[in-house]
Amino acid sequence: MSESMPKDYGFGSDEEMLRDLAGKLLDDEMPIEKLRQLVAADPATTYESGQLPGWDQALWKQCVELGWTGLAVPEEAGGVGVKMVGIAALVEEVGKHCLPSPLVATLNATYVLREAGSDEAITWLGRVADGTTATLAITDSTGAWEAERTDVAAAGNDAVTLTGTTYFVQDAFKAEIFLVSAKRGQEVLLCAVRSDAQGVEIRQDHIHDLTRDQATVAFHEVSVAAEDVISTAGAETLRCAWPAILTTVSADLCGTGEWQLQTTVEYAKTRKQFDRPIGFFQAVKHPLSNAMIEIDRARSLVYHAACCIDAGDPEAEKFARMAKSAASDAGRFVSDRSIQLHGGIGFTWECDVHLYFKRSMHNQALFGDGVHQRRHLANHTLGPIGN
Amino acid sequence: MAKLATEQLEFQEYARRWLEGNRPAPPTVRMPITPLEVMTIPQRDYLQDWQGKVYAAGLVGADYPTEYGGGGHEGFQRIANQEMGRAGTPMMINIVGLNMAAPTILVHGTEAQKKKFIPGCLSAEEIWCQGFSEPGAGSDMANQQTSADRDGDDWIINGHKVWTSLGHFAKWMILIARTSKAHKYDGLSYFLMPIEGHPGVTVRPLVKITGEAGFNEVLFEDSRVSDDCRLDDIGKGWTVAMTTLTYERGAAESAGGGGGDSTHPVQRLVNLAKESWRDGIRASDDPLTRDAIVQRAIVAEGLKQNARRARVPGLCEHPMRLPLQQKVTSSEFAQENARLGVEIAGARSTLYKLDEAAPDQGHWPLAYMNSYGHTIAAGTNEIQRNILGERVLGLPKSK
Ligand SMILES: Cc1cc2nc3c(=O)[nH]c(=O)nc-3n(C[C@H](O)[C@H](O)[C@H](O)COP(=O)(O)OP(=O)(O)OC[C@H]3O[C@@H](n4cnc5c(N)ncnc54)[C@H](O)[C@@H]3O)c2cc1C
Repeated sequence: MSESMPKDYGFGSDEEMLRDLAGKLLDDEMPIEKLRQLVAADPATTYESGQLPGWDQALWKQCVELGWTGLAVPEEAGGVGVKMVGIAALVEEVGKHCLPSPLVATLNATYVLREAGSDEAITWLGRVADGTTATLAITDSTGAWEAERTDVAAAGNDAVTLTGTTYFVQDAFKAEIFLVSAKRGQEVLLCAVRSDAQGVEIRQDHIHDLTRDQATVAFHEVSVAAEDVISTAGAETLRCAWPAILTTVSADLCGTGEWQLQTTVEYAKTRKQFDRPIGFFQAVKHPLSNAMIEIDRARSLVYHAACCIDAGDPEAEKFARMAKSAASDAGRFVSDRSIQLHGGIGFTWECDVHLYFKRSMHNQALFGDGVHQRRHLANHTLGPIGN
Repeated sequence: MAKLATEQLEFQEYARRWLEGNRPAPPTVRMPITPLEVMTIPQRDYLQDWQGKVYAAGLVGADYPTEYGGGGHEGFQRIANQEMGRAGTPMMINIVGLNMAAPTILVHGTEAQKKKFIPGCLSAEEIWCQGFSEPGAGSDMANQQTSADRDGDDWIINGHKVWTSLGHFAKWMILIARTSKAHKYDGLSYFLMPIEGHPGVTVRPLVKITGEAGFNEVLFEDSRVSDDCRLDDIGKGWTVAMTTLTYERGAAESAGGGGGDSTHPVQRLVNLAKESWRDGIRASDDPLTRDAIVQRAIVAEGLKQNARRARVPGLCEHPMRLPLQQKVTSSEFAQENARLGVEIAGARSTLYKLDEAAPDQGHWPLAYMNSYGHTIAAGTNEIQRNILGERVLGLPKSK
């Protein structure tokens, strides 16, 4: 850590206020009863009907009016330019409330646009600040998270035509633009494509998480104007944005994890067996203490990663991968205990913990689980295999 | 909070320069892993001498009031500790005096007690030990059987303390004893008890799992202590002991000084993996070993960041949540590192201290065995998990 790095992560009163206002808004506007009604009202048909998961568009409109899509957009591009530590804190609140929304997808697209830095990217950043939602369409059919791997081909010099398919696109049905990675020879291009552009086909993935949608997006000879090609060094751009992308998802995992912990603690204080609250028993108490320890470790690493990103520290990727590894593993552990310690009720649709369990599971895998992150980190720590 | 103030920066610079210029000659004897394992007189002399020097240089006791032998500053000790850790200079031998007795006396002592006892704690001129545990009072610490009976201006102590680290070198002991049988908690009082050569006191070494000595049992037979050496009121012993435990459990952070080896524990594992072989490949090329080492690196960074975040109020909803985790997380970090070192060393992990072929002079099996001292001492990690569940999460009390 460089000497100039702020001791308090640069987390000041502005960031605290942003987080607390977001927490308050979501407490009021997305209480658990409403979430349940929105995404899980009808158990019989939720996974059978093929309907898209519900989300509160009126609330999202309110968030946009509050400027949420512009938070991570730099001031020069028409946004607020909130530091990553502030964004992490906000996303923790979003995770705590399990909010279905295009926020995280849009933030991640924002970080990619920021790294692209081109005039084209800055124009798009302005539109995002004005409320345009966006998501990344960068993943191949195997679910590889490496930037170079894309199943989409780009043809043409200035304006290009895209052909091919991207997979595991987050909140595709909520996004107005896709940031698509496409190969042109050795180059990886990043293109902004409107979701309603001609030749774009969005096929719903049937996922277990009820708080987002996901899709496979096919591009059938989609024309992209020159001003919508935002980067011709796409692999590098994605790599630079990767720490921020990992950090937002890790913050969401910390938020869901904290809710799972507190909810299970509350249950352990009230549910009685053998004439005592079950939280008296150490087989219940100790795992909850352990879950807290794991969540706290992940949270501290998230703020460190965020702070490194804000400072432009070259080690940001390392710390973001550490954060994602710790957050994924903490998420898995607290999810596991949150179901088990609720007993039979925890196994039912009726008990809200399943909403968080599923969102957490999805986020654990998203952009690489703990093992994936550690495989990369091992190259930092030990050098590549065989050297 | 964000940046160091000018005078703190100057102090940091001073500490750095002083440590560079005054690094002690390497010890001629093998040094223990922590102060709790100091066994021999050469080890003691080396470490006592060092603590005396850093104290004289103002790097120990920096934040204590000057009238009690301190430097009279604010926020300097943490900087000194960081710099000593970074320099990898020897550890502070007087761990009980420095981190338990002195802060407890500062909170609960009379003016005369503070003046008399604190300077020797800081300089290591007087080594201290802790007499809390007894054969029947471990986790259930309030179950003290050692008695203190009033006799004029004195108290007469009878009883049996165990696991007394540094007892063999100690001049003083922080002692809890029963002054009343009528109340379990309110019947305890806290004494600053003379040990070395004191009539009626017998110190007997106990041998540890590692084959090393380092802790003791201490027997009291009609041993006298003056009432001047009672800390705080009669019957307040439990409260005073809780003050001590608060400092003890946070001690790792305030301990001051590195272990004498500044190589990062994860780097030690990396080095070991590069020179160890398994199934015909280097352990450092084995994906499972790589994953395990990186997990250690993540925990190491997590510990560091927890300590940092604990000082950012906006990111700590519960003020004790992170501080109370530290004893569990740091002791298990050390234990898991050592266990992994043993695993990586493979067949060579069977070789112990005397064997010339033992990796790192037998450090790994020694450190692994030794690590249990820290998951047991200062309140076992099971008890710590109770405390976390009860005091932080608000789960029902187990007692
Ligand atoms: C290296 C070392 C140095 C030490 N130095 C000192 C010293 O200088 N001075 C001093 O006073 N003491 C010292 N101790 C003693 C230490 O504080 C005690 O060993 C410790 O508090 C545990 O007490 P015990 O050994 O009696 O174990 P017990 O209390 O008998 O515990 C046995 C097992 O039962 C578990 N257990 C007990 N109660 C509960 C419960 N309520 N819930 C869950 N599990 C429980 C424990 O966690 C442990 O696993 C030292 C110990 C060690 C290992």
